[in-house]
This record gives sequence, C-alpha cells and structure tokens, in this order.
Amino acid sequence: MSEVLVDMRSITKRFPGITANYKVNFQVYRGEIHALLGENGAGKSTLMSILSGFYRPDSGEIRIRGKKVNLRSPREALEHGIGMVHQHFRLVEPFSVAENIVLGTTGRLQFYLNRKEFADRIARFAQSYGITIDPWAKVWQLSVGEKQRIEILKLLYRGADVLILDEPTAVLTPQNVRELFQTLRQMADSGRSIILITHKLQEVMEVADRITVLRKGSNVGTVFKKDVDERELTRMMVERDVLFSTANRSHDIGPTVLRLEGISVIGDRGIPALKYLSLEVHAGEILGIAGIAGNGQRELAEAITGLRPVAGGRIIVGGQDLTNQPASRFIEAGVGSVPEDRLGTGLVPNMNLYDNVILKDYRKPPIRRGSFLNHRVVGEKASRLVSEFNIQVSDLSYPIRMLSGGNLQRLLLAREISLQPKLLVASYPVRGLDIGATEAVYRLLIELSNAGTAILLMSEDLEELLTLSDRIAVLFRGELMGVVSTREAEIEKLGLMMVGSLAMEGRRA
Amino acid sequence: MINSWLANRFGLRVEKQIHVSPWISLFIPFISIVLALLVGAVFLSLTGNDPWKVYGVMFKGAFGSVFGLSECVVNAIPLLMTGLAVALAFRMLLWNIGAEGQFYMGAFAASWVALSFPHAPAYLVMPGMFLAGFAGGALWGLLPAIPRALLGVNETLTTLMLNYVAILWVDSLVYGHWRDPQGYNFPLTAQFSDAATLPSLGNTRIHAGVFLALAAAVVVHIILKHTVWGYEIRIIGESQKAAKYAGINVVKNILLVMMLSGGLSGLAGYCEVAGITHRLQESISPGYGYTAIIVAWLGKLNPWAIMVVSFLFGGFLVGGYTMQSAGLPAATVSILQGSILFFVLAGEILTRYRICLVERRNDQ
Ligand SMILES: Nc1ncnc2c1ncn2[C@@H]1O[C@H](COP(=O)(O)OP(=O)(O)OP(=O)(O)O)[C@@H](O)[C@H]1O
Ligand SMILES: [Mg+2]
Repeated sequence: MSEVLVDMRSITKRFPGITANYKVNFQVYRGEIHALLGENGAGKSTLMSILSGFYRPDSGEIRIRGKKVNLRSPREALEHGIGMVHQHFRLVEPFSVAENIVLGTTGRLQFYLNRKEFADRIARFAQSYGITIDPWAKVWQLSVGEKQRIEILKLLYRGADVLILDEPTAVLTPQNVRELFQTLRQMADSGRSIILITHKLQEVMEVADRITVLRKGSNVGTVFKKDVDERELTRMMVERDVLFSTANRSHDIGPTVLRLEGISVIGDRGIPALKYLSLEVHAGEILGIAGIAGNGQRELAEAITGLRPVAGGRIIVGGQDLTNQPASRFIEAGVGSVPEDRLGTGLVPNMNLYDNVILKDYRKPPIRRGSFLNHRVVGEKASRLVSEFNIQVSDLSYPIRMLSGGNLQRLLLAREISLQPKLLVASYPVRGLDIGATEAVYRLLIELSNAGTAILLMSEDLEELLTLSDRIAVLFRGELMGVVSTREAEIEKLGLMMVGSLAMEGRRA
Repeated sequence: MINSWLANRFGLRVEKQIHVSPWISLFIPFISIVLALLVGAVFLSLTGNDPWKVYGVMFKGAFGSVFGLSECVVNAIPLLMTGLAVALAFRMLLWNIGAEGQFYMGAFAASWVALSFPHAPAYLVMPGMFLAGFAGGALWGLLPAIPRALLGVNETLTTLMLNYVAILWVDSLVYGHWRDPQGYNFPLTAQFSDAATLPSLGNTRIHAGVFLALAAAVVVHIILKHTVWGYEIRIIGESQKAAKYAGINVVKNILLVMMLSGGLSGLAGYCEVAGITHRLQESISPGYGYTAIIVAWLGKLNPWAIMVVSFLFGGFLVGGYTMQSAGLPAATVSILQGSILFFVLAGEILTRYRICLVERRNDQ
C-alpha cells in the first residue's frame, strides 16, 4: 500500500454540550481522493478543522508523513502542507483575486512592487490547473463558484499537498463539478492527496478512491469505493434507508401571486444581469428556475425580495405594485426568502438563535411591544421552532455559527415558513444538506406549497427541479429561454436551453 | 551583521488566537497593569525618584481619601458619558472618534442658553441647557453621518476633523465676544447664574451630572438589549447584508445612532460647564473624548464594564494630578500614564493575537 501522508489517531473533540469527534482514527494515503461522509453534524468539518489547525483536539495525536505534529494554527498546518477550503469561505471581499491569493504569503512585498507581473503569474498559475480567472476582479463581485476556485488556488499557491475541500460541489454547477473533479484527479495523480467532504453519493462513487463514514462523531468505517454501493453507504451514515417520496402534492393552482412585467436589473459589475424578464407564479405552484449559476438567478432573487432595484419593468406581488419599494415592504407583503448566502445574509452568525428567529418579524406584535422586544414571546417562538423543525442545538443562547450546515438551513427555513409567506423565494435550499435533511426540506417545501404558498425555486440540479416543480423556467445570460411544464419537460431540451442553444418560441410565461 | 542575519532568517508573525479562555482574558489586563507599573518603577528610579513613594502618592491621591475618591467620580462622569457615546457608535461599526468635538459643541450650546437667559428660573434654564447640550452634540454627530450614510464617506476622518473645528470655535468665542468683560482678559465667559449650575454633593465637586451619566449607562443598556431599535443596531453591526435582508433601514439608523452618540457626548459637555466650570472656557476637556475611545474599547462596548473602566480611568487622571502637586514634573506623569495605557492595550491585543518567531522559508 502506498505511503500514509496523514494519520489521525483517536481524536476526540468536545464542544460545550456536545462531543463532535470521539476517538476517531483517520488515515490518508498519498495520491488518493478520500471522501468523508456523514450526516449534518456528524463531525466532519470539526475533524478536518483539527487537521488543518483551526481547532485543537482534546485528545489524540496527528502524524504527518510519520512524524508527530502539534498543529496550533492554520499556518502551521499549511507549513506541513495541509490546507482547507471551508464550507463558508474566508476571502477578503473588498480585495482583488490576486490580492487574496497572495495575502499572508511572503510574496506580498514583491507583489506591490510589481503588480502587473504578479497578476500575470497568478493567472498563469491558475491556467496550469485549468482554471481561468481575472486576477483584478474584486472578490465581492464573484459568484460563489468563482470564489471557491480562488480558495483552492490560494492553497495550491502556498504549496499545500493535502487539500481538504469541505463540500466544494455544493456551490458548483454540474459542469463545474466535472471540471473540479478533473482537476482533483490530476492533482491526486501528481501525488497530492485530496480529502473531499460531500453529501452527494453519486459524486463519491464517481471520484473517490476510499471513503470514511462518520456517524455522531465516531468513525463507523473506512472502505474502498469498489467494495460498496450507494445504498450501503447510506445505511452506514444513517442506519436506515432514505426514500424520497414525491407523492402527496396537491396541484391546486390558485391566483397569481407574483407577476414580473419585463424587469431589467443591473448586476454588481454594472452590466445588465436580467433583461426584460416576465414571469408569473401562482398560489400553490412551485416554479423552478433552471440555469447555470451566474446567469441572473441571484439578481432575480434579490429583485423579488426588494434587495436590488430594477432598472425597468414592474414587480407585482399579490396585486400590489412593489417596484423599487424597500425590502421591508416586500416582507410585509408576505415575501419570504431563503437566500443563497445563508450565513451572513439569511442568518447572523455571531448572534444567538433567539435573535435569529425574529429577524423578519421583530417589527410586529407580539414580538414587539411598543418600542421593546418581548423576550418571553421571542423565547417561546425560538423553542417552538427548534422542536417543531427538529433543529439540533445545545444551547439557544450560543452564537448560531456553531450549528452544523444542515441545522442552519433548517433554522432558516423554519423561520421563513413560520411567517406563512404568500411567496417564498428559495435559492439552492438543499445545498450542503445530507440526504435526511434534504428529504426534510423537500417535505417542508411541498407542505408549504400545498398550503397555498407560491414558491420560486432556484436550483442547478435538474433532477431536483423535475421532482419538485410544476413548471420550469430556464435562465440564460439574464434572459428567459422559455418556460416548460414539468410533465412535458425533457432533460436534454432543458440542458440545451441552459447553455443558450435552444430558445422556446414566444417566450412568455 | 548579526542583526541583519537574524532579520533575514527570522520574521515576526502575528496570528489571531482562535481560542481565548475566559481566565486569560481576565488575567491579562491584571498582568499588564503590574508590568506597566514595573516599567514605570524602573523609569522613576532612573530619574531619581523612589517609585514606591510615587506610586503610594498616586494611589492614595486617587483612592486613599474621600476627596480623592470624589475626584475620581468627577473625572469619571464625562468619561462614562463619552465612553458610552463612542461604544454605541462602535456597536454599529461607525468609527466615531469625534466625541471630543461633540463634547465641545454640547458645552457651547448649553452655555449659550445659560448666558442668553441669565435671569431665567432654574426650571426653564436647566431643561433648556440640557436640550441644547444634547442637540449641539447631536448635530455635530449628524454632520459627518450624512455623507457617510448617503455616499459612504468614511466617518473616521470627518469626525476627527470636526473635533478641531469645534475646539477652535469655542476658543474663538471665549477669546472673542463671549469673553467676560470683568474677567481680566482671561479666556472665559461670564459665570452662569445659580439657576444654570448643577447642584453638587456636600462639599465635593461631584455634581448632579453623575446621575445623568449613570442613567445614560442604563439607557444604553436597555436600548441595546431590550428595544427593537437596539436589535436593529446590533444586526447592522454584525452584518449589513443581513440587515438589508431583514428590511432594516440602514441609512436612517446611521443618522440616528450618530445623533444619539453625539448627543451623549454633548450632554457630557453640558455637565462639565454646568457642574464644574460654571462657565465656558478654553480647554474644558483634557481629551475626554479621546480617552473615551480607550474606555469603550477596554470595556468591550459593554455599558457596565465601561462604567467600571471609566471610574478607574478617573482615578488614573486624579493620581496624575496629585503626583504633579507632589512635585513630579507633568511630563513624567504623562510618561507613566502613557506606559500604563500602552501595556494595557498591548495585553489586550496579546490576548487576541499570538506573536511568534518564525524561520523564513526560501519558497518565494
Ligand atoms: N465551535 C463550535 N462550538 C460548539 N459546537 C460546535 C462548534 N463547531 C461545531 N459544533 C457542533 O459539533 C457538531 C459537529 O459539527 P460539524 O460542523 O463538524 O458537523 P458536519 O459533519 O460538518 O456537519 P455538516 O454536514 O452540516 O456541515 C455539531 O453538533 C455542531 O453543532
Ligand atoms: Mg460541515
């Protein structure tokens, strides 16, 4: 067997009220792609944060290339060649791509002396991994997928040869995923090791060499990919079979809830992101928005929730013209939203669960009593949502950034659903969720739709759109390529529309 | 030679501490003060003083007598009010370093009321001065808030610049046509009427402003913790994106918070003229508005902690004054105070960051 690069032995890590890792053994060989699986909260991120120097284990030891090491910071881990791309990115938003890549390396001085040459070097470096980037673009202008590529480049540039990717594909389009996997394979073949955390089993089967499954903080087994199938992996993770039931959708379509009349929207970079888009969504209907990320979905979601002005056209919600009204008016009109950026926009990471559950309705009685917050009502609401939506928290007064990805999403959905919205704009709602949680979110969306809410569902996953939506609208470069009813939809046709090679006649919703 | 070899081979590096245990964060400020006193002791003995005697004088001066303690409170009043003002703005990531100027404008506006209505009864002139003091500071806070809210103009510079404007404006008045004709040409205005001065406690200089300052701490605490507005302020301070998503009007809140912040500093200025000097005069503040930044920071923007810290800093100022009257040159006193500040702040940074010596790698 090939050389063991990373050897974690009997790692235990406790957080207040929870044991995130318990006596975990974990080994990575040189040149392998090792998938790390487990439900939300199983302790995957924690284990990898220990390996990359963000946390220190309570007990256990880490050996790298056979040598015992004491990793006290991410920098020390990086000096041993270990780098991690986190689930939530850690880029400096106002800085350019090149600046972010060089930030914290010793090349900084040189960089400022010779910006142009440096930028070229970064671009060439990226190119050698098959990644195209604009070194001068500011990070805040980038899409999530682009940000991720920058994170990976940053590590490669610092010479990492054990690359930990925490749910990298959650934010990527199918094409990007394929490209990423090619890059990863190429890196593994050249002797680097990749640790890949993901919830998507078909990806694991596609790309991994070995698989480790964590359950409730313990290692339940490390297996070779060739010895297992998806069903077995599922059972290792959750101890049961998960069935996706798409049944029980009442397809009672009611009156129009949202009407977009030829809206145009300018994107962050100053170029039109949406062009003359017209759509209608009805009560009880789920309208899927298909398209490759960066084709106007984010701008669409922001426009419909009042976060981005429209340059032309009208937005009508429940008969009310809300064009260019402040976001608070949209909230009052019953528009709920699950934004793409959960932690930071949809939720406030450093505030506790109480503060987070009232983000949308703190202005309304009984949560508001005169000028004051009614802490008793807030407390009741928080406990009710936690138990009703089965959110796992050890203490409601801890900052919510401690919650696992699945629990964060559940919290966000719980809050939005509890407001009984007329319209819900859901952007990539199951991104980063394990199969159990994904199933739960699907069920919540279907229940909400059955209760008469109009849902606008953005997703890159055509399967998902086909299972959930009544109709699917395809966006390409900010234009509507067409709207098809799911019953008549063909995957190939949708795929072609997504890349702009096919447009429907008489494109109007 | 050796030096440059060392510098080439090794570098210093600052890293953010990931875990700060609560013990350490209590212990470090204590150690820092001890260290500062030690360094100060070395310095004092080098200049031919007996450090223990000097420290004794300083400590006794501030905390060793009822008078000393009362003077600590006198100094703590403006520190507490400006500290709260600054903390409120910092909570929303508004870097208001203009408390000094807002203090002066509050003092000016309150003085204007007192001097314009020398015969008015207390029940009219007192609330009038209070409101004017608040409004003066609030307007001075609002001025830099407008370009910040509407155009994103950085408030750090504008608030700082407005300090100089405010101080010079008051100077121009007390040297100019507000100067007391019976004042032997000193840069002072006429004394306020009795109705326009705050009563003081017994024969100390502690004035009724102390209640105002304590009330301000309670009010700031209640606003932040219990009100809808405070909730909005906390959200904006944590994440502007989340604030917009929640439908919070960020522009309005920037204006309001800067007005309240300025208003609190303005009230501190009002208390100073109505409670201590009983007139407007040159340099009514020994830099309260700047010390307030340190007070707010060391108090971690928490009103109760700011209360404690401002009392300690009050003692610090009083200790300095006693040392001066015991014959130590003012400069020595300043150096001592400076080194204590330096150590406390350095300790504060060390609890959050770690500095290590690292060998340079030849990888670039
Ligand atoms: N800093 C922290 N403080 C307290 N608890 C934490 C902290 N970080 C993680 N936890 C808890 O530890 C457990 C494991 O979390 P972890 O983030 O490792 O899960 P995960 O397997 O990565 O889940 P997901 O798939 O949702 O990302 C969770 O219950 C989480 O709430
Ligand atoms: Mg995770």
